[in-house]
Amino acid sequence: MAVHAEAHAHGPPLAHKSSRVDASILGIFLFIASEIMLFGAFFTAYFFVRVVAGTPWPTPPFHLPVFVAGINTLILVTSSFTMHWALQSIKRDNHAGLQAGLLLTFLMGLTFLLTQIREYSRIGFAPKDGAFGTIFYCLTGLHGAHVAVGLLLLLAATVRAFRGHYSSTAHHGVEIPGIYWHFVDVMWIVVYSTVYIL
Amino acid sequence: MINPLRSEAEAFRFVLASLAYFAAIVLATVLGGEWVGLAVFIALTALVIGWWLRARRAEQPVQTRPTRQSAAGERRILVIANETVGGETLRDCIRQKTEGYREEVLVVTPALNSPLKHWASDEDEARAAAQKRLDASLARLRGSGVEARGEVGDGEPLQAMEDALRTFGADEIIISTHPEGRSHWLERGVVTHARERFAVPITHVVVDLEREREDVR
Repeated sequence: MAVHAEAHAHGPPLAHKSSRVDASILGIFLFIASEIMLFGAFFTAYFFVRVVAGTPWPTPPFHLPVFVAGINTLILVTSSFTMHWALQSIKRDNHAGLQAGLLLTFLMGLTFLLTQIREYSRIGFAPKDGAFGTIFYCLTGLHGAHVAVGLLLLLAATVRAFRGHYSSTAHHGVEIPGIYWHFVDVMWIVVYSTVYIL
Repeated sequence: MINPLRSEAEAFRFVLASLAYFAAIVLATVLGGEWVGLAVFIALTALVIGWWLRARRAEQPVQTRPTRQSAAGERRILVIANETVGGETLRDCIRQKTEGYREEVLVVTPALNSPLKHWASDEDEARAAAQKRLDASLARLRGSGVEARGEVGDGEPLQAMEDALRTFGADEIIISTHPEGRSHWLERGVVTHARERFAVPITHVVVDLEREREDVR
């Protein structure tokens, strides 16, 4: 009778699909978890500046463009709906729905980013104008950078969708940018609520 | 770990939930002032945490099935044991279950580790110790004529079983533990949880090594 133990390897065993979540989906969630920590660090700074140090928010004489940012919020939240629609469409092999959903999501994301850049140019204060200005630009800028990355992912997915890629059984290339896009959306809801309104 | 978000659809629902959560807080603050906003924030957060904990408890585990079927006349047995694989009871059980079959036995020894070392990813020592126990177990099985191979598994016995089930594809799992009162695994309900989690027959073998040693004496 043969008895043999597997060779002892240094460190953990080789990775295999033992998780109930697909490895690539799990990967994007782990990445998002690290992103939440990054945003958390910026929100901690915001908390200390505003609550602990008692910095007036917004510091006079500056004003925040709450209305324009509100419209931008509406655009970004709507883009989550179109993203979800795109994925639901491809799950039913509806390529037209996928293409329309991705294109609309991309255009709305681009509108959001351009509006934010325009807002920066007219807002009347800079990051050097005190703790308020620094935190405002850090939080909205960090989010804007994430929107820009999301747009690149969406662009790749959109181009692939128009070239006939993806099907009801193979659509990771849409699902993963979709999860990322929803994360960007949730983060904006938090940023808008805390920085602009409250 | 239970992942509350497993797909884009769940992430999308999370967007909607976040929207409702922050809208309620903002509305309360605008209409009633900062303190009302804070109260709504605390109440909603408590509500969400309570709901999440309840949902976690109510969630039925998805049963894991073996990834491959054994050929006719073949039987794959997965034995999960920390240090009790040397017991006569277990060896008899394996022999009984594989009688008349071309057997393939995989012994998995979890690399048990302290929680602190686990979180620090300091598991080399635990894996080396598990490897020693595994080598000893396999030697004992060889002595009693059982064909087996072995591997060191995850420190969490249920995860070690799931990993092995996916790579080895067992027809049956044998969990070997110490008797009640001396077994940490029984205290933690490993056997019960395994029966809920895996869609294969599970046999629990209690091995009293101390009594066997006394019997030998």
